Amino acid sequence: MPQNNFWQSFFRNRMGVIGFVMLAIAVAVAIFAPLIAPYDPNTTVRVTIDNIYSPPSAQNWLGTDDAGKDVLTNLIYGARVSLIVGFFASFISLVIGGTIGLVAGFYGGRVENVLMRLTDILLVIPDLPLLIVLIALLGRGMPILIFVIGILGWTGTARVVRSQTLSVRERKFVQRARAIGAGNLYIIRRHIFPLVFPLMLVNAVLVISAAILNESTLAFLGLGDPTRLSWGQMLNFAFSRGAMSAGAWWSLVPPGLAIIWVVLGLTLLGNGLERVFNPRLEMHHLAIGDEMVARPPQVVGPVAVAAVGKTVGE
Amino acid sequence: MSHYLFKKIGWALLTVGFVVVLNFFLFRILPGDPARAVKDPRLTRQSIEAVRVRFGLDKPLPVQFLLYVRNLAQGDLGTSFHQQRPVATILVENLWNTLLLIGAGTVLSILLGIVLGVAAAWKSGTIIDYGALIGSLAAWATPTFWFGMILLFWGSSQLGLPIGGKLTAGASYDSWWEQWLDVGKHMLLPTVTYTIIYAGQYTLFMRSAVLDIFAEDYILTAKAKGLHSFQILRDHALRNAMLPTVTVVALNLGFTVAGAIEVEKVFSWPGLGQTIIDSVERQDYPVLQGAFLLLAISVIFANLLADLLYSYLDPRVRVT
Repeated sequence: MPQNNFWQSFFRNRMGVIGFVMLAIAVAVAIFAPLIAPYDPNTTVRVTIDNIYSPPSAQNWLGTDDAGKDVLTNLIYGARVSLIVGFFASFISLVIGGTIGLVAGFYGGRVENVLMRLTDILLVIPDLPLLIVLIALLGRGMPILIFVIGILGWTGTARVVRSQTLSVRERKFVQRARAIGAGNLYIIRRHIFPLVFPLMLVNAVLVISAAILNESTLAFLGLGDPTRLSWGQMLNFAFSRGAMSAGAWWSLVPPGLAIIWVVLGLTLLGNGLERVFNPRLEMHHLAIGDEMVARPPQVVGPVAVAAVGKTVGE
Repeated sequence: MSHYLFKKIGWALLTVGFVVVLNFFLFRILPGDPARAVKDPRLTRQSIEAVRVRFGLDKPLPVQFLLYVRNLAQGDLGTSFHQQRPVATILVENLWNTLLLIGAGTVLSILLGIVLGVAAAWKSGTIIDYGALIGSLAAWATPTFWFGMILLFWGSSQLGLPIGGKLTAGASYDSWWEQWLDVGKHMLLPTVTYTIIYAGQYTLFMRSAVLDIFAEDYILTAKAKGLHSFQILRDHALRNAMLPTVTVVALNLGFTVAGAIEVEKVFSWPGLGQTIIDSVERQDYPVLQGAFLLLAISVIFANLLADLLYSYLDPRVRVT
């Protein structure tokens, strides 16, 4: 679609812009963490009885944690871990889901049947228990975390890409390209992929938010990388090391709000982008002036309504 | 109908088969030889070998798999490394607690979601709509465990509610009524956590389902006939919106499981989720394996049930 048109309709969709700004702030904080953070997260703190869970003060705006470290500093550096896991895991998901969706949609027939059945089967198996089992067997650590979240998060992408590929495949220019002797791979690369890619990008935004939620949940359950303080890991330490009984709300509340901030930003952005790329008349006969309809992500057949679910990033 | 039925049941069974195979091979192939889990430096080579024989690990893989399937068919999920009791017994004890929690939370969140979703669609474009929308999106973005922690933090200090578990430790009860009252007190916060987080998704879904129906021509027709708006909502929109809702509720059970694990961890609720987390910490692989299998199969059958229910409610899907 023309460039101008895109930005126009994107900006008309206020929620999408708000989501974009929220995400941009989080990314900026992650990138410029050393400039923003009041302390160096790696300095060793001499722990005394006074600086364990000490309340917010002029020195520590958000108080200190169980190890006497500044919560605000941890929070700022935590953005890095959460976002890195989110981006890399969703990249894996996109590559797998995109490939499966493209191949299934383009070749059709038996290939499509097998691939989509596999997708359906994986879609039904509950995510979190499988993630827990995989981490229990593979061990802890950031690369493993990225890997397992990535290889389980592609089902939604595969479905979206497949249905888009199906519709592009039947277009005139694809048939013409075939008529003048273009090979399958050439057609996929030059004609189909460019038209499927925008949709994948929209999907990516939602996959990232699911990956970030998954990372924080796993970290909270004690399955994260214990050496890297993600927001989920901060909450795990706070929960298991007595922040509740110490009344240290400052080490409980901020990490959760940070997760909500990023996930909400991504969700709003994803819904906004979807509306731009997939504009449908969102009017109904009983109300006028219904400006904003943030519907749950697209549905392919009755089954995919599960997309409203928490861990599917469709 | 029968063709549709057989097809659906066939796929459900195939999926169960896939899970069984996956479950077996994950725990055999991935690093983490079950014999290593009973690790103890004092063990001699002979006793390690004895452990391997006891768990059947000395046999070739295909034989092990057949033995595993045979035992499964007999309801034998192995013996817990940690508790030295049959895994099946441990799981059944905890299953009821999880069902109690999920059941209460699911029913309440669906009711809340339907009410909010319909209200939002009905008053679309007003402050009610935006409020419901923002609230639901926020609930969607909120990690279940974090919300539970905040409620626990607030409820245990301000309201004097118990900090976890299912019953007050060491309490004795004069009647079943008192015992259930105690359970209710312990269940209150976990259920509220669960209800609020999941109601957000149902609200979003219900809202868009009703809005979709409002865009249909028959709503315009009903309006042209001169029917009152409320009448249209009740007789034309709601009934049709309930249809997809039934499916979404059952399909959501997979995510419901994730919520149960998180809530149980936060509130020390003695359910399957807690069992899974404990078994990971104790490297109690038979329990982990059994719990995963039980959860996956439950979700598969819930989905099957949803498919069948949907085809019963909407005869059109049987034809296609």
